[in-house]
Amino acid sequence: MNQRQFPLPPRHRDDDGHAAPTMHIAVARTPDTAQGAGIKIRARDVNVFYGDKQALFDVGLDVPEKAVTALIGPSGCGKSTFLRSINRMNDTIPGCTVRGRIELDGEDVNDKSIDPVVLRARVGMVFQKPNPFPKTIFENVAYGPRIHGIATGKAELEAIVESSLKRAGLWNEVADRLHQPGTGLSGGQQQRLVIARAIAVSPEVILMDEPCSALDPIATAKIEELIDELRNQYCIVIVTHSMAQAARVSQKTAFFHLGKLVEAGSTGEIFTNPRDSRTQDYITGRFG
Amino acid sequence: MTDAALPTAQPSLRKIVEARLKQRHAEEQRFRLYGRAAIITALLFLAVLVGRIAAQGYTTFVDYQLTLPVYVDPARVQADDLSGANYDLLIADQTLARLGEKDDELGTKSGKLMELISTDLGFQVLMKVKADPSLIGKTLQITGPVRADGQLYYKGEMKRATDETERKLDNEQLGWLDKLKARHLVKSGFNISFLTKSDSTEPEQAGVLGAIVGSAMMLLVTASLAIPVGVLAATYLEEFAPKGRWSDLIEVNINNLAAVPSIVYGLLGLAVFINWLGVPRSSPLVGGLVMALMALPTVIIATRSALKAVPPSIREAALGVGASRTQTVFHHVLPLAMPGVMTGAILSLAHALGETAPLLMIGMISFVPGVPQGFTGAATVLPVQVFIWENASERAFEERTAAAILVLLTFMIIMNMAAILLRRRFERRW
Repeated sequence: MNQRQFPLPPRHRDDDGHAAPTMHIAVARTPDTAQGAGIKIRARDVNVFYGDKQALFDVGLDVPEKAVTALIGPSGCGKSTFLRSINRMNDTIPGCTVRGRIELDGEDVNDKSIDPVVLRARVGMVFQKPNPFPKTIFENVAYGPRIHGIATGKAELEAIVESSLKRAGLWNEVADRLHQPGTGLSGGQQQRLVIARAIAVSPEVILMDEPCSALDPIATAKIEELIDELRNQYCIVIVTHSMAQAARVSQKTAFFHLGKLVEAGSTGEIFTNPRDSRTQDYITGRFG
Repeated sequence: MTDAALPTAQPSLRKIVEARLKQRHAEEQRFRLYGRAAIITALLFLAVLVGRIAAQGYTTFVDYQLTLPVYVDPARVQADDLSGANYDLLIADQTLARLGEKDDELGTKSGKLMELISTDLGFQVLMKVKADPSLIGKTLQITGPVRADGQLYYKGEMKRATDETERKLDNEQLGWLDKLKARHLVKSGFNISFLTKSDSTEPEQAGVLGAIVGSAMMLLVTASLAIPVGVLAATYLEEFAPKGRWSDLIEVNINNLAAVPSIVYGLLGLAVFINWLGVPRSSPLVGGLVMALMALPTVIIATRSALKAVPPSIREAALGVGASRTQTVFHHVLPLAMPGVMTGAILSLAHALGETAPLLMIGMISFVPGVPQGFTGAATVLPVQVFIWENASERAFEERTAAAILVLLTFMIIMNMAAILLRRRFERRW
């Protein structure tokens, strides 16, 4: 009864355009940069268990710096589990154990010397459902810098809030109502507020767990545009159910199936010339 | 399914549904009826209960005050022995003369008249003379209540028609009461002294102030112990403690503690706080300690359920920006749970306000004629005051019992309203 504290990572119904045929998917606008840039996150032999149930099997993946990496795959395939292992959000789930190595700049995030608080300041996260604090817009963004002691004065804090909101593309919409509740914004605005909150602590990596699944197409387009801009500064890992979205925003794509990493490579390659037949079947909408 | 099957299947389906439809609607109607009947019954019982208490108690709030000129006779009041004089007799004798009666040698009539005038008047004369001895030889205007039995006559609860041997006052005394009223020496008014005085052996002088203050002090002790300890215990159990066999065991035990009969807490308080720790008995401190023990499980359960109701997305949001577990709980989760916590706390305090049995065990059933002298002084509380008056032999305490219940219920309603308002005011959406 009391194990409810944090639910298992959300599983989702496949209801957003998986059946779209491949030819309609526009492949990433920018050429694949994965090979050229350095590796930010290196995962090796990652196994994750929820109690007795194994959710991830020997996953190994390199996540490039300053690029968007999309994790795709059918429901329950372990994409979110893998994502949450990167900033150790899985620690908060009772009975969840992570084995293997996940390196952030060569340091194992599961090492005893790594404090999850510091880790999560370096690796920000955006969740599926917009979850602003029931506080003002300003307080939402200012919270992170404040608890980490990043801003020393009020003016500095205000500057951080402003630049974070600007980078999240929300400033023009909320500049005149910074002290109104963040929960009063629309879903898309809330999600951008949450992104601003994550940016405010200047993270190196931003994890996004299906950031658009609760949004309408227009809000989704705005978030995707934002992700495309943020890619220049951050390493972004996004879990998505929409193949079209993965194709639009990511430079690297990893396909998960039944807890295993089936295939990873540049987005262009995965969508046009998948090596594995399961990847082929999934992206053409034959299952999932 | 073939095309041919469709036209035949549909009417028959409709028939089947319709056949049962009447029954289904009747079922719903019946259920609504039961529901209404249950609510009406409950309200009826409540109305009877409150109505009876109010009908019995409202007369307490009317009282009859005598205003008499009192000549402080130097022959009877000596300046060097002010407390030695019998002021009640002095007042009775003068009033008797004013009524045109002559006392016999034994003083039978003045004795009978003293049964009609509250000792409060004599006490007031003593106090005034003590403060200013020059008043001896002068005439004072003194106002004080008619004695309880006289009040009952004025209120119509003691009737002339009743046989003289069956009532406390005889016909002569009733005659005097009539005369006093006819001469406008007696005035009726709102009985403010019921709320400004404490317990007394004389019903007309007895009030609930001491009990109200005692209750307030006891609740202060209870609240300042049970709320912080309970909230922190619940927060630890819910947000920090590792879940397992031990936490389950603790949870079961807390739930059991909430169901332990209150008198057991009284015994525990007697054994631990009074006998072992030496806390003064009958004090608001020991009462508050026992009540805190009793309220603790309720506060913990309420807090835990309030914490459980906070959506996990808020915890994830805070952890996601790098808040520590403690920061997550104290910056976000607990503030969001606060309306629920406060509601639970206030309701458990309201429960403590009405609790009587454990207080009887720790000696709060004593007669305390005044406001408690600090947290370790002797005190009584409202429900115990009700209990004490209920057991009193004087008829006039009956209405006071009901009135004390009304005061107690008023405080309960205020506390419950506060709980509802707090919830409304601070409930936040997310």
